[in-house]
Amino acid sequence: MKKRMFLGLAGAAAMVLSSIGGSAQAFEPTKPIDFVIMAGAGGGADQIARFIQSVAEKKDLTSRPLVPNNKGGGSGAEALIALKGASDPDHTILVTLNSFFATPLRQKALDIDIQTFTPVAMMGVDPFVLWVHKDSGITTFEQWLETVKAANGEYVMGGTGKGQEDSTVIAWMEGAYDLKIKYIPYDGGGAVAKDLAGQQIMASVNNPAEAKGFFESGDVVPLIAFSDERMEAYPDVRTVKELGNDFSYYNQRAVVGAPGMSDEAAAYYQELFKTIYDTAEWQEYMASESLSPLWLNAEEQTAYWATQVQNHKDLFAAMGE
Amino acid sequence: MEILGLLGDGMWLSLQPLNLMLILIGVTLGLFIGAMPGLGSVNGVAILLPVTFLVPPGSAIIFLAAIYYGAMYGGAISSITLGIPGASTAVATTFDGRPLALNGRASLALVTAAIASFIGGTVANILFTLFAPVLASVALNFGPPEIFALMLLAFATFVGLGGDDIPKTIFSICIGLVFAAVGFDQISGAPRLVFFDISGFLHGINFLVLAIGVYGIGEMLWTLDSTRGKITSSEAKMSFKGIVADSKEGMKRGWKGTTVGSFLGFFVGILPAAGATPGSLMSYGVTKMIAKNPQEFGKGHPGGVAAPEAANNSASTGSMLPMLTLGIPGSPTTAILLGGMVIWGLTPGPRMFVDQSEFVWGLIGSFYVSNFFALAINLAFIPLFIWMLRMPFTVLAPLIFVLSVVGGFAATRDMHDVWLMLGFGLGAFFLRKFDYPLAPAVLAIVLGPIAEPTLRQSLLLSSGDPAIFFNRPIAGPITIAAIILILLPLFKVIRDKMRTRNAA
Amino acid sequence: MRLGEIITAGVLALLSIYLMVKSSELEIGYISGEGPGGGAWPFWLSAIMLICTGVIAYNWYKRTSPPSQSTEPLLDRYGWMMLLKVGGGLFLFIALIDVISMYGAMAVFLIYYVGFLGRHSWFLTLSLAIILPIVFFFFFEGLMRITMPKGLPFTEPFFNVMYEIIY
Repeated sequence: MKKRMFLGLAGAAAMVLSSIGGSAQAFEPTKPIDFVIMAGAGGGADQIARFIQSVAEKKDLTSRPLVPNNKGGGSGAEALIALKGASDPDHTILVTLNSFFATPLRQKALDIDIQTFTPVAMMGVDPFVLWVHKDSGITTFEQWLETVKAANGEYVMGGTGKGQEDSTVIAWMEGAYDLKIKYIPYDGGGAVAKDLAGQQIMASVNNPAEAKGFFESGDVVPLIAFSDERMEAYPDVRTVKELGNDFSYYNQRAVVGAPGMSDEAAAYYQELFKTIYDTAEWQEYMASESLSPLWLNAEEQTAYWATQVQNHKDLFAAMGE
Repeated sequence: MEILGLLGDGMWLSLQPLNLMLILIGVTLGLFIGAMPGLGSVNGVAILLPVTFLVPPGSAIIFLAAIYYGAMYGGAISSITLGIPGASTAVATTFDGRPLALNGRASLALVTAAIASFIGGTVANILFTLFAPVLASVALNFGPPEIFALMLLAFATFVGLGGDDIPKTIFSICIGLVFAAVGFDQISGAPRLVFFDISGFLHGINFLVLAIGVYGIGEMLWTLDSTRGKITSSEAKMSFKGIVADSKEGMKRGWKGTTVGSFLGFFVGILPAAGATPGSLMSYGVTKMIAKNPQEFGKGHPGGVAAPEAANNSASTGSMLPMLTLGIPGSPTTAILLGGMVIWGLTPGPRMFVDQSEFVWGLIGSFYVSNFFALAINLAFIPLFIWMLRMPFTVLAPLIFVLSVVGGFAATRDMHDVWLMLGFGLGAFFLRKFDYPLAPAVLAIVLGPIAEPTLRQSLLLSSGDPAIFFNRPIAGPITIAAIILILLPLFKVIRDKMRTRNAA
Repeated sequence: MRLGEIITAGVLALLSIYLMVKSSELEIGYISGEGPGGGAWPFWLSAIMLICTGVIAYNWYKRTSPPSQSTEPLLDRYGWMMLLKVGGGLFLFIALIDVISMYGAMAVFLIYYVGFLGRHSWFLTLSLAIILPIVFFFFFEGLMRITMPKGLPFTEPFFNVMYEIIY
């Protein structure tokens, strides 16, 4: 720390001189980068954001630090508003989840057009899996469907809240398989996992990363995956697609820039996150947490957003909202 | 006795030169972070990350434990010297710590807080070492109805904390609970009470914004007004002899509080949804209840400092239990820690105690060592904090205001909250003039966000039938105990009224 | 003070009514099979607040609470001046944050309070006003990684140099 400070002092003088002489060169951040996280501290999205930050820090990739800033309020609405009104768009980026698409649709009053945001990087997508407690004795999806139907509306599942990713999947299942499920909203994935382990709730839909510990200890059993193909870490778990339902649902783990970010800054962050994406650390993280790799460049992302918005519109319409 | 061996290794590791140095730095840093209103162990843990890349993971963990303990001790310092609870866990410490400081007994309060914290931390560490796996399964049995029952009990233990004016006390509790509901309704997923559609209300009203507003601004203005600005700072003196005398007195009058806090704090702390704040509040309430002269509490009784401080240290250690045994974060601090473990290549979860036992016991071992050094360093710094109190009030007051504004911003990093804090401060000043007790509002805004969702989750579970709070084996007795405790003082009031009426 | 007591109760009653109206944007009833709706908790608590203000007003009428018996003014001349000077100072402090940054505003506030209100020596005043913001800068931006507001863009060159020092 100290040593860096002394070096910095010497560098400061040099910087002042060079910044006078330098013209419009490539963008370099001149102040800490506001790294907004669309979720509260401790959730899955937060862990990924902090992991990305730590990789950048460890490899010394940025001349100014990424400063994590949790803004999870209002299902991510708070983060979207903060980015829309960012005073310095060149130093404001956001780690997103699917509430990036869903929240502007559900809360029209926010008046957020996500296409005005600056695409930076798609870091991967997180699939969803249906989990039950091992003591329930249920081992197959068919068995589970029977149990839920027999419970006649008294089957209890927990999740992170109405309109959140897991509730969207559950609502889809209710429609597709004609089920009636009692849904208990919690304030975070950790609380859901705990109450599933303690059998306060009977099942949950969660990303593999958040259920992994309990899966390894044998406390929870995966029944079905909502991914396009079977997952490497769970080769025996079938997908709903195999059962003939054309449905898959992933949580996006993407980074976007504030609306109005300059092209130079956008190019800088795209380059930065490409570097992070290619690091061994991130690749290993994706493998161990069962994220599906999905790299998209800026144009592909814009197109991806448009399809996702349409998908969510269709899903919400199907749910009768 | 494999455990003891692992634990011994962990402690021995903490005593290596590099690690010992990290402990000293960590505890000192943590102490100041905790003492700064608005910052707490969450922020302390966040600075851990860069350090992780400079030292081996084993040392990083030790550094972390040191910061964590330092911050827990530090919380009491701002509660006592500045009168601002720096973290929700230290709210109860202001009740008696502040009056002690104003009476010139700040050193007694600080010494009592330090020793009680040490004892609380040690008791928790021992309980942790002996019973961790058993306690983890107990924690799992606490679902939403049990947690709500516990919140009810927490409210019950502090019904007596309000002023003499009952409608004003009830008003204060309710407004705190309503403010706690601002932002977002977790159950229906809809925005709620977003006043005038200002986006700053979307993240709700943070406890710290209200607490710093009420104590850092409102209470300060009130002090300036009522003392005509001529507050002669306390004539606290510090000497080694003084510390010895203070520790004797603190322990003599605070042992009950320390005992209650150490055990009650731990058991409430291990419940993932509850945590250290309800633990410290309940310990204060219970200690006051069983005290011989409860009327001394709130006016500067060392027991009122010892109980919450022992409890919040004990509970914070306890909150590590669900994290280490189940991989479930019990607090934002432990959540960030869990993230850190992933970065270190560990898998949080129920298998951690088995698969990564070296890490787990290393961490627990460093808890013991850090706790000891935190006590020593805290005691060593007490003269500095006393010296701060002896500054002329026209220097101390602006410092407190600056700390309040900076802390109010740091808590949520939103200017909206700084303005809100000023509004609360001015409002609190006038309400204080009219004898509205404000501590109940501050407590309510802490418990509200736990109480409301668990109430509604429980009712969802039972399809709207409130019997769920009575017919579950753990929730039932707690609920009934809480109801009796709530009705007791009301009954007394009615009886007293009848008597005075009869006499008249 | 007696007048103030009833005015305060009145203002708080209005606040309670506002909170009730605002809460009723969500369901305030008991949804059968689900428990209370999203607005029920704040709505009914606000209703209790309204009742409390009613009782407070009744006590005022009966003159049973201490403030309703008091004939002292709420704040005397000294009190109002203090509130104006200190409260106003705080208001300006916070307003200045968005103009000359947290650190600049802090320095101005310290000069105002320690120097003008406290009448301490200029040496003490200025050393506090210079040292404290610098210490805070290193503590928050360098160590804690919490970025404080930087005010209007004209402060940027200065902070760029400061950042160069700490990173």
